[in-house]
Amino acid sequence: MRIGVLAVQGAFIEHEQQLASIANRFDEQIECIEIRQKTDLEDLDGIILPGGESTVQGKLLKNLELIDTLQAMILRGIPTLATCAGLILLAKTLENDSTKHLATLPVTVQRNAYGRQLGSFSVSSNVGEIESFPLIFIRAPYITEVSADTRILTVVDQHIVGVEYKNQIGLAFHPEMTNDTRIHEYFLQKVKDLANM
Amino acid sequence: MDQTQYELNKGLAQMLKGGVIMDVTTPEQAKIAEAAGACAVMALERIPADIRAAGGVSRMSDPKMIKSIQEAVSIPVMAKCRIGHFVEAQILEAIEIDYIDESEVLSPADDIYHIDKTQFKVPFVCGARDLGEALRRINEGASMIRTKGEPGTGDVVQAVRHMRKMNSEIRKITAMSKDELYEEAKQLQVPFHLIQFVHENGKLPVVNFAAGGVATPADAALMMQLGAEGVFVGSGIFKSGDPAKRAAAIVQAVTNYKNAKLIAKLSEDLGEAMVGINPSEIKIIMEERGK
Repeated sequence: MRIGVLAVQGAFIEHEQQLASIANRFDEQIECIEIRQKTDLEDLDGIILPGGESTVQGKLLKNLELIDTLQAMILRGIPTLATCAGLILLAKTLENDSTKHLATLPVTVQRNAYGRQLGSFSVSSNVGEIESFPLIFIRAPYITEVSADTRILTVVDQHIVGVEYKNQIGLAFHPEMTNDTRIHEYFLQKVKDLANM
Repeated sequence: MDQTQYELNKGLAQMLKGGVIMDVTTPEQAKIAEAAGACAVMALERIPADIRAAGGVSRMSDPKMIKSIQEAVSIPVMAKCRIGHFVEAQILEAIEIDYIDESEVLSPADDIYHIDKTQFKVPFVCGARDLGEALRRINEGASMIRTKGEPGTGDVVQAVRHMRKMNSEIRKITAMSKDELYEEAKQLQVPFHLIQFVHENGKLPVVNFAAGGVATPADAALMMQLGAEGVFVGSGIFKSGDPAKRAAAIVQAVTNYKNAKLIAKLSEDLGEAMVGINPSEIKIIMEERGK
């Protein structure tokens, strides 16, 4: 399995480390490709959009001419895991903001929904079938609206912070910053299932 | 600050990795920086080059000015307080700054003690010239480190020296046997558990950025190739001929720091770089502040 991790800015190495730590649980080899230019997008089986600053990542996606190809791949169904800034890149609409990035996930996202760094927090909650997962929120967004066919995975304090829509998983928190690998395993299983279909 | 908060604060620095943090003095400059792709801005009244030119005592910026920048952009906003001036830090925490830079660029308020950063909820970044300084700051509660470089000069030589020194010291500790670590902790005047972390992980326990004297896309890529996880650009952008273009070029150079072809293209037609001054020409050596 070849997993592309968007590496234009942010905490992409943490995702790679997470994948490396569970690689032995899958019977095929897992290769991480750092996506920095168009040629890095060839022959991928899955995509991870990491945390970071969405304004920076969004701008670099355009400047480095990655955005159209990436968007087409996601719309064609490549399994995609997006965390924090990644969720903002995927969102179809942003609250009070006309900016659009990949716009492939039919949800509305509020950026910096918990305010500044002093509003950052961590809490434990279920994520879909995964029970009591440690959720780390850093200047995090949350989801204010979802389409009817989007599955809600996680709700914290009445705000939606995790969703799944077809091939896309969008999370407002950072599973890559914990020692808990269950979400990455779930994602890799999704990649594997699609490859075996 | 409890352990969870410290992890969240280190985490914010991790989110800034691979990015460029730019010094700005007005909301307009902050907007230019954000549009150019800055991952955070440092709000200050005078950029280091002007602090040098003005002389005198340099202090924390007017909170009103900092707030106007917080309102202008959606990315994290940092601000500087003087070394050891914990009340300036309390003020910055009160206005909910995202990161405090306890900075040698300002005049030190205390020539012996740094701020006890464990007493704050808000995260701190501190400058360091070598591994000992870096680990002492981390022990005091810093959740991010940057090289000191020599701010406001446009001369990258000190930042290079500091980054090389830190990394060579890290490599040395990685290669030591466990029983040698106790003596190393003593030599560097740092707690044993931090030396042990470096020995086991081959890196600092927090994110390490380059700062001080970065003026061109090539300077930024140089620091990244030397092992920086991101770059602060102070005077280099708004003291140059075409700030927006130069800022965007530095952002892309940091992302693609190994791609010489792209950096060559990014370096074209940037207008005039800041003039800069050599270390032998300056009177105030900021890097020597706070050890």
